[in-house]
Amino acid sequence: MTTLTLSEAKPVERPHIKEKYDHFIGGKWVAPSSGEYFDNISPIDGKVFSKAARGNKADIEKALDAAHAAFPSWSKTSVAVRSKLLNKIADVIEENLEMLARIETIDNGKALRETRAADLPLVIDHFRYFAGVIRADESTISEHDEHTVSIALHEPLGVVAQIIPWNFPLLMATWKIAPALAAGCCTVVKPAEQTPTSIMVLMELIGDILPPGVLNVVTGFGVEAGKPLASSNRVAKVSFTGETTTGRLIMQYASENLVPVTMELGGKSPNIFMKSVADADDDFFDKAVEGAVLFALNQGEVCTCPSRILVHEDIYDVFMERVIARTKAIKMGHPLAEDTMMGAQASNDQFEKILSYLDIGKQEGAEALCGGDKASLNSGLENGYYIQPTIFKGHNKMRIFQEEIFGPVVSVTTFKTTEEAIAIANDTMYGLGAGLWSRDAHELYQVPRAILAGRVWVNCYHAYPAHAPFGGYKKSGFGRENHLMMLNHYRQTKNMLISYDKKKLGFF
Amino acid sequence: MTQATNLPRVLITEAAMDVVDTLRKRFGTDLMFHQSGGCCDGSSPMCFEKGDFKVGTNDIWMGKVYGCDFFMSADQFEYWKHTELTLDVTPGRGSSFSIEIPMGIRFLIRSRLFTMEEFENLILTKTGEEVLEEN
Repeated sequence: MTTLTLSEAKPVERPHIKEKYDHFIGGKWVAPSSGEYFDNISPIDGKVFSKAARGNKADIEKALDAAHAAFPSWSKTSVAVRSKLLNKIADVIEENLEMLARIETIDNGKALRETRAADLPLVIDHFRYFAGVIRADESTISEHDEHTVSIALHEPLGVVAQIIPWNFPLLMATWKIAPALAAGCCTVVKPAEQTPTSIMVLMELIGDILPPGVLNVVTGFGVEAGKPLASSNRVAKVSFTGETTTGRLIMQYASENLVPVTMELGGKSPNIFMKSVADADDDFFDKAVEGAVLFALNQGEVCTCPSRILVHEDIYDVFMERVIARTKAIKMGHPLAEDTMMGAQASNDQFEKILSYLDIGKQEGAEALCGGDKASLNSGLENGYYIQPTIFKGHNKMRIFQEEIFGPVVSVTTFKTTEEAIAIANDTMYGLGAGLWSRDAHELYQVPRAILAGRVWVNCYHAYPAHAPFGGYKKSGFGRENHLMMLNHYRQTKNMLISYDKKKLGFF
Repeated sequence: MTQATNLPRVLITEAAMDVVDTLRKRFGTDLMFHQSGGCCDGSSPMCFEKGDFKVGTNDIWMGKVYGCDFFMSADQFEYWKHTELTLDVTPGRGSSFSIEIPMGIRFLIRSRLFTMEEFENLILTKTGEEVLEEN
């Protein structure tokens, strides 16, 4: 019925991937204590392409032992050395960018053009960013009076736990690992069970750059490996990216241990197109159309997916006609083909969940303007997890407007006034991302200020440069990644309050 | 004609019942569900050993499904309350701490809109705190 636009290129060659990968603990490859491995299925074709170690509490304890052994020395390693090692990691990744991009595509299912142009370059830059900022980092000193000086000095928290999502496996791992190491912490990382392989290939490349035990990676299932890590009384902090229920569970564990957490949770980000967007059919209008279609980036598997289009009713027809045409032109196909624009959803259960939302959307009376179904691809992709990019028209109380579908599905509605646009934008549990598109100088400042979200893209969307703080308002979490302020999420403050007065107080 | 009252908000498929039975046996305990919100594995039902996930005044108890308490956060319930949920299961590699995941399967919610008549005759919800006090 629906005609899909298909990729025409042949997939590039697959790099060598080992049959199975062990844990990386204390600078060594360590077999899982259970002796068991689990299948890693590629979303491209639904086939097993490698196995990952099935970690459990004993493996987590081993990793925590190694991290604690490394911490006294790593925390005192000079920033010059820490910075040099982070830069070296970046260099090695850069030398292996193409191979890592292909493996990331096989592991996650996203198109190669994205892993090549976004995931891996951002990984490299992120290590360099934290290598750079710690060289210029300073503590503070204040003179309270002529005899009293207060020094506020940063000290690393210790051994931290970091739980990584599967949507950008290497990039999200880097967002956590780079600031933790830069701050002087040692870490135990638990990758997502859908994407446990690319990070292990990365560890093969960079594992010997750092002292043993500074960076440990244990693969496994949430309940078997993630839970003992998040609930351990030997971690000084837990950093988590994922959904709200698990976020609450991790905070519950952290409350038992009285340790801090940072949470990057979900979103249902509004992308607002003001009336002035259509004042001219020019480059800016074209950019805004692309900005609306960015819901399909990474197959919609982004916490900030602009999954609600709010468009002024006067420009709805002219704008959406272009958006629908551009969406229909998205080339689907083998994720390793160089011209594929949108690849596979990361796992079968995600695929099924997205289909269940397409169903509820139709039941609630939303109109599918394009897509609305799975995409049946052939040539070996029959068992992969492909969904057509879908645009629904409806209203903001519908479940498809309120729940994070985490797929290439956007819901569009109209507004009459700026106040109504802001009200719709804020009528959500979440506050992670938002977009505002306008040619009006006043709106460009006032509307973003009125939106309750941690990141508002203004006349752009889906850019994630290092040094732009990223994190949520409301139920989208707290803590700011991707910025030097993340260093303070991995440090505590040592205050030395010093008296230079030889005279006694005179109280006793 | 008498009108049906106390209609359930959450149903369960036979396949999901089998999984609940298996997990009950394996963990030797009753189970509970909490419907998650957004992000990677979000908008999915999470299965825990009963009591492992702490619910409170801002959680809504939507009833028991096959003997398991089913909860959702109150603000999320506002947007879900007009839909009947069916707990199902699908093959797949989910992440999160939901306890069925090592079996290579994932609980999943399928939804249907209640009719107006059904909507007026649903079981009463309670808060998580009220459920804890009763137990």
